Amino acid sequence: MIRGGKSVLRYIVKRLVMIIPVMLGVTLIIFSIMDLTPGDPAMMILGEGATPEDCAALRVEMGLNDPFVVRYCRYIGNALKGDFGKSYRTRIPVFQEILNRLPYTLCLAFISIFIAVSLGLPIGVLSAVKQYTIIDNAAVGTALLMTSMPSFWLGMMLILTFSIRFKIFPPLGVDSWKCFILPAISTSATSMAALLRMTRSAMLEVIRQDYIRTARAKGASECRVIFRHALRNALLPVVTVVGMYFGVGLGGAIVIEQVFAIPGLGQLMVNAIRDKDVPMLVAAVLFAAIIASLINLVVDIMYAYIDPRLKSKYVVVKIRRRSAS
Amino acid sequence: MSDNLLKIKDLHVMYRTDDANIYAVNGVDLSLQKGRTLGLVGETGAGKTTLALSVMRLLPDNVGFVTGGSITFDEFEVMKLSEQDMRLLRGKDISMIFQDPMTSLNPIKTVGSQIDEVLELHHPEQSATERAHQVDRMMEMVGIPANRKGEYPHQFSGGMKQRIVIAIALACNPKLLLADEPTTALDVTIQAQVLTMMNRLKSQLGTSMILITHDLGIVAQICDEVAIMYAGEIVEKGTVEDIFEGTVHHPYTVGLFGAIPNLKEKTRRLHPIEGLMPDPATLPQGCYFADRCEHCTVRCRSESPQMLRVGETHRVKCHLFCNQSGV
Amino acid sequence: MTATETVSASGLQAQERFKKYKKKSQFRTIWNRLKKNRLAMLGLIIFSVILIIVLGADLAFDYEADAIAQHLSQRFKHPSWQHLLGTDQYGRDLLARVIYGGRISLFVGIATICVSLTMGIVIGASAAYYGGWVDNVLMRFTDMFLAIPHTLMALTLVAALGNSMLNLILAMGLSNTPRMSRLVRSAVLGITEQDYVKAARSCGAKDSRIIFRHILPNAIGPILVQATQTVARSVLTISALSFIGLGISEPTPEWGAMLSEAKSQMRYHANLAVAPGVAIITSVLSLTLLGDGLRDALDPRLKN
Repeated sequence: MIRGGKSVLRYIVKRLVMIIPVMLGVTLIIFSIMDLTPGDPAMMILGEGATPEDCAALRVEMGLNDPFVVRYCRYIGNALKGDFGKSYRTRIPVFQEILNRLPYTLCLAFISIFIAVSLGLPIGVLSAVKQYTIIDNAAVGTALLMTSMPSFWLGMMLILTFSIRFKIFPPLGVDSWKCFILPAISTSATSMAALLRMTRSAMLEVIRQDYIRTARAKGASECRVIFRHALRNALLPVVTVVGMYFGVGLGGAIVIEQVFAIPGLGQLMVNAIRDKDVPMLVAAVLFAAIIASLINLVVDIMYAYIDPRLKSKYVVVKIRRRSAS
Repeated sequence: MSDNLLKIKDLHVMYRTDDANIYAVNGVDLSLQKGRTLGLVGETGAGKTTLALSVMRLLPDNVGFVTGGSITFDEFEVMKLSEQDMRLLRGKDISMIFQDPMTSLNPIKTVGSQIDEVLELHHPEQSATERAHQVDRMMEMVGIPANRKGEYPHQFSGGMKQRIVIAIALACNPKLLLADEPTTALDVTIQAQVLTMMNRLKSQLGTSMILITHDLGIVAQICDEVAIMYAGEIVEKGTVEDIFEGTVHHPYTVGLFGAIPNLKEKTRRLHPIEGLMPDPATLPQGCYFADRCEHCTVRCRSESPQMLRVGETHRVKCHLFCNQSGV
Repeated sequence: MTATETVSASGLQAQERFKKYKKKSQFRTIWNRLKKNRLAMLGLIIFSVILIIVLGADLAFDYEADAIAQHLSQRFKHPSWQHLLGTDQYGRDLLARVIYGGRISLFVGIATICVSLTMGIVIGASAAYYGGWVDNVLMRFTDMFLAIPHTLMALTLVAALGNSMLNLILAMGLSNTPRMSRLVRSAVLGITEQDYVKAARSCGAKDSRIIFRHILPNAIGPILVQATQTVARSVLTISALSFIGLGISEPTPEWGAMLSEAKSQMRYHANLAVAPGVAIITSVLSLTLLGDGLRDALDPRLKN
């Protein structure tokens, strides 16, 4: 049962409204950073043999001499229509290229956060409940090791073991679903370790609280105390952070794509940087950043459903108003 | 004798920490009859809470240990019960309420569901609607409108939260209620309300109660018997008349009373008791109160005093009264 | 002097003595608590060893000869007494490259904290001190920067600025600044709201005195913890950037770049891929352990 439905809706709308300036800000930041790139786009497009007059003419045609604000607004305006410009190198609309690549990266990012959550959270809880036992020490030790490991190195080691030594999984490409296993494991390792540690410390914190003692004093079994009382309270701070780790996973995916030769957004970005293909790079980074923000938003909204303190903040205001009138 | 609901005999409790062993309870003898209220008085650190937690067997795992003595509740040997059986007792026959109402309730569960939980645990035969009625009844009993049972703890004030805690504790009509400084964290006016309510409920339901407090005023208000605790020992016990109107007292008790501001007499200064309670990790030989006692003798420093009879129901643990009663 | 004056004079003396005792013992207590944490001490020892090895590398190796110069006749040698970890595809001693690579990583890491700390303190302290709309604007900007995933941010900055050493440091420093300014702001705010600061103000203490005597000592703790985490994170980030070709360029030894080269060779020469990875793990792990230990030691609540 969803209590206070209307007030939760109000919260969602509020958050949606607030995300717009943040996203605009993100686009502004990325656009202005990329604006600093040295080099003449006109020269890049026309090639080495172009004359200075041709370059100047092209610059005017592309509107590259206009002031920053004008160019920025024009870019946003076009973007909203789906036009992110054409690649300097291939002259193909950037949007098309990104849409081709995006699914692979998103797939990787989602699988990795899924692994991170479904392994990290339960093991974290187990670790906290069995504090100081072998399970706890092993879990914490492994987690520490994984947070210190670069994901691409893990990827390489996995390839060495499972592709070269044991030939279970293919090392490269995206031919089958099997191709996603090793990359997903590599990307998820850091997030999983971090979530494990967070869940563990949140559980340890919650178990020491007074209301847990109250629950025990009621005669509740330890099982009930952990799952009905401690867990939900402990997961609250962890949930808020899952969105952030999706963003970390997205960043990790960029590097992993290089290791496993996955034709995703990351590879697109790296190539664009190498070729100084600014429109491609701007659009790719923008997409990644916007998606990360949206996922964060979704997580925030989910949090409102879970934490009754947030819900009731709006209900209480309603009651007060009613009694005042 | 069989009228005794709770009988604690020579109880010793110790906490084991990384730095040292802390001897929190050192040989406590107490008994409580059905329907009576015992006030357990003492400074912070005297071991009162530890005593109560031991009765419930809620000492922190791996840290708190009962190292000696026995606790008999209603003919059950508490220390020998299995954990499962102990859980049947907790919340149903013995309940406990704790000091800080702000943190005693689960912040993400409604207050109604928290009261309902204790009913669900101990009365599985009842249907959900029957339980709901009981929850409403309990809330009305503690003075909170039943229509608020869908609200969350943070929407209530401190005094109301404590009432909810009391409702949870009394929902299954326990034989014994352990109340650990239930009103210390509340304002004085709310304190009075909550105490009056507790008194009323107590007589209504016939609950025996051990009220832990450092406030002698509260003891005078609602207790039948009093036990004064110091450094893990009971140094004086008796009925409330013995303690408040009696003529002989343990020097610590004298000090406690002397530290209370007197509205009637004109006093220039309060007389606090000099010194501090001994470190529970390194307890001295002989009487624990020796360092702070005006009447301290050589014997006090070497020999631990016995519990001596100074009245029919009045006992004092002090060498001063040796001649009066004989051992 | 009257009776009250003598009393207050001796009272002041006692106060001064107490203050001196208090200041010394605060650091001492934290250090003692840290010492008890075995993992943290392990981290500290390992990191110190790494520092010593990396700084003293010139005693055992010659940078030009061992790490840079190519000796094609010595390619892919197995580990031996001459080359403890073997050689890479250009005949360069692997151990030497790993150690000199450590210098780069540590240098970048420390430089990154310097940049992000400076900017973080400026932004965070201003936001906390001035409050009002300044605080709002600065924090909104910080939120926007934080909305972009860290690696992505560093990547974008490097793409735009180029990958000279200075630009790399700037890029990493800037991408860490939002987190640092957030931290400084909450540390300063948290302390100014405390009762003892209000008490100090009511005693007539000047603002500067409050800042130096109260705010800074208390803010140093979380900043120090964040600093260790930042160095650890930047070691990982710079290696990731170098791995995809955006960071330190050849022939300067850098762990990530070394791994990138090793990838094509690792089928037959696994040591090329394992060694730099182990180096990264060791450095980051020791820093993480140290940071965790510091965080626990600074937390006044006991763990048990």
